[in-house]
Amino acid sequence: MTATGFTDGGLDAYLRAEQGGFALDSALQADRGQVVAVLGPNAAGKSTALRVLAGLQPLTDGWVRLAGRTLEDPQTGVRVPAQHRRTGLVPQDSLLFPHLSVLDQVAFGPRHQGLTRARSRARAAVWLRRTGLDRLASRRPAELSGGQARRVAITRALAAEPRMLLLDEPLAALDVRAVVELRTFLHHHLRDHDGVTVLVTHDPVDAMVLADHLVVLDRGTVVQTGTPAAVARQPRSAHIAALVGLNMVRGRASGTTLHVADAEPAIRVITASPHEGEAFCTFAPTAVSLHPQRPVASPRNVWRGTVSGLTPHGDAVRVALDGRLPLLADVTPAAVAELGLRPGVEVWASVKATEVHVYAA
Amino acid sequence: MSPPGRRRLRPRSAHGATGAPPWQLVLPALVALSLLVLPVIGLLSRAPWSTLPERLADPAVLDTLRLSLLTATTATGCCLLLGTPLAWLLARADIPGRRVVRALVLVPLVLPPVVGGVALLTAFGRQGVVGQWLDSLFGVRLPFTTVGVVLAQTFVALPFLVLAVEGALRSADSRYDDLAATFGASRWQTFLRVTLPLALPGVASGAVLAWARALGEFGATITFAGSYPGTTRTMPLAVYTALNSDFDAAILLSLVLLVVSVGVLVLLRERWTTGVAA
Repeated sequence: MTATGFTDGGLDAYLRAEQGGFALDSALQADRGQVVAVLGPNAAGKSTALRVLAGLQPLTDGWVRLAGRTLEDPQTGVRVPAQHRRTGLVPQDSLLFPHLSVLDQVAFGPRHQGLTRARSRARAAVWLRRTGLDRLASRRPAELSGGQARRVAITRALAAEPRMLLLDEPLAALDVRAVVELRTFLHHHLRDHDGVTVLVTHDPVDAMVLADHLVVLDRGTVVQTGTPAAVARQPRSAHIAALVGLNMVRGRASGTTLHVADAEPAIRVITASPHEGEAFCTFAPTAVSLHPQRPVASPRNVWRGTVSGLTPHGDAVRVALDGRLPLLADVTPAAVAELGLRPGVEVWASVKATEVHVYAA
Repeated sequence: MSPPGRRRLRPRSAHGATGAPPWQLVLPALVALSLLVLPVIGLLSRAPWSTLPERLADPAVLDTLRLSLLTATTATGCCLLLGTPLAWLLARADIPGRRVVRALVLVPLVLPPVVGGVALLTAFGRQGVVGQWLDSLFGVRLPFTTVGVVLAQTFVALPFLVLAVEGALRSADSRYDDLAATFGASRWQTFLRVTLPLALPGVASGAVLAWARALGEFGATITFAGSYPGTTRTMPLAVYTALNSDFDAAILLSLVLLVVSVGVLVLLRERWTTGVAA
């Protein structure tokens, strides 16, 4: 993580602000084109962080610097109002202007950057084509599904061509199918966004899939930072272990087989549904079974590993495995005893293909 | 959008859970209803139906009606132009002494209209605080003119509009305003393109209230603007004048006023409620 990138488009912020019963106290940095996810449980201070970055709530201390410009610094009395920050906010419940069509919705940002009505609509039309929403252009927000509304809100923010895109729980409160589609949508369009993106979420999967860097918040303070892989592999508290309680692999998929990235010799993961190209796959620790020998009536995914740690996890025991594919497995205490699991013991891990979810990278 | 089942549930639960409505409530409610309806029935039953067509054709009646509609509508326009910004200041801006300002806005509501007319004379009359300057500097005299009628009507109708719009602005979600700001909209642009459209139903009902109040205005008008046929004698004043000479004419004018105001209200209501739903 570099803190120097803010001069050429990046974000360098240290946020201190009041929020409810506690103080937000968090550093936040991102290079241009990077996605930072602020991850944490409810009331961790995530939304406050976004409001502060957008200029809707003042800092009590700290600073916000974006693209070489100081947006806020209480020490020197600098505070650029929200209107002049060039941020693109996607609020938690989309907040589409109820009286505007989808086209005018998306034209709202361009229109207030000084474009004429016709030009701003033209730009909005381009963005709607880019995000595949052009057939909805004349609809009103009341005529959209939850998932569509969220996409329109994201497109509206992107069309403002912001230096900093701010997403507040973009995948919350949608049905499962809509979440899967929207995650792919977000992944695609966040990758193309060349400004900074700050994504606030309570869902570790969203953070893992979408972000280059994680900042884990709890009660206003930073608990852990790092790349998604690093945070997922080595949670530094039971809380984060629960938050990121997933096994995740990135690689290249072909049909129902995913070849794990940078693995030599190759490691293959058989997935539930077919996919082509760069992909992520995830499976829960509860989906991993452990065996003393290579299982005969084999589930399709079998790997060897060495127990590196055992921690109680609810009613189960979470077993960390080292090996070519580091894994977390949840097993019963009885299984721990039966298999004689302790650090250093070699076991076979298996995962049913139906438990492995795959989606585009 | 409520499911039909829920609509059917409501009366059933009212009876099932709490029994029949108590007579202590039903009786006064019936009295209230008859108090409201009986005068209208009286008006209709005493109307000179046989001579109605020829009386209606009287150009004086139409002129009076035209003057009433013109002044009430202009006054409503003034209320919208001046009252909406005032309501915004009260609802959204951090202004010192907001409570005092709101109390001042309410004064014309509780002031007897005749007193309002006297007050207007002391302010805008030829010897009034502002009026003498208007007269000497611009040669503008407001009392006993049609403009004076509009001024009197605006004075009494403005609080209705301000209260309705302020209420609408308060209940509107101010997060939309915040969001507009992040997209680069100034506060004025936000007001025009976000705040106002969202508060439009409230503004519309405030305008209807103000219009109805202006159309029925009597006390302040007759005190400040007098009752000159063609320039300041609006329908309510004409009704009052006719009472002394020709009772049938008074009833006729009352009927016209009744039909026009109820008709316009119903029309606008239909239009706005369907407009909001679409």
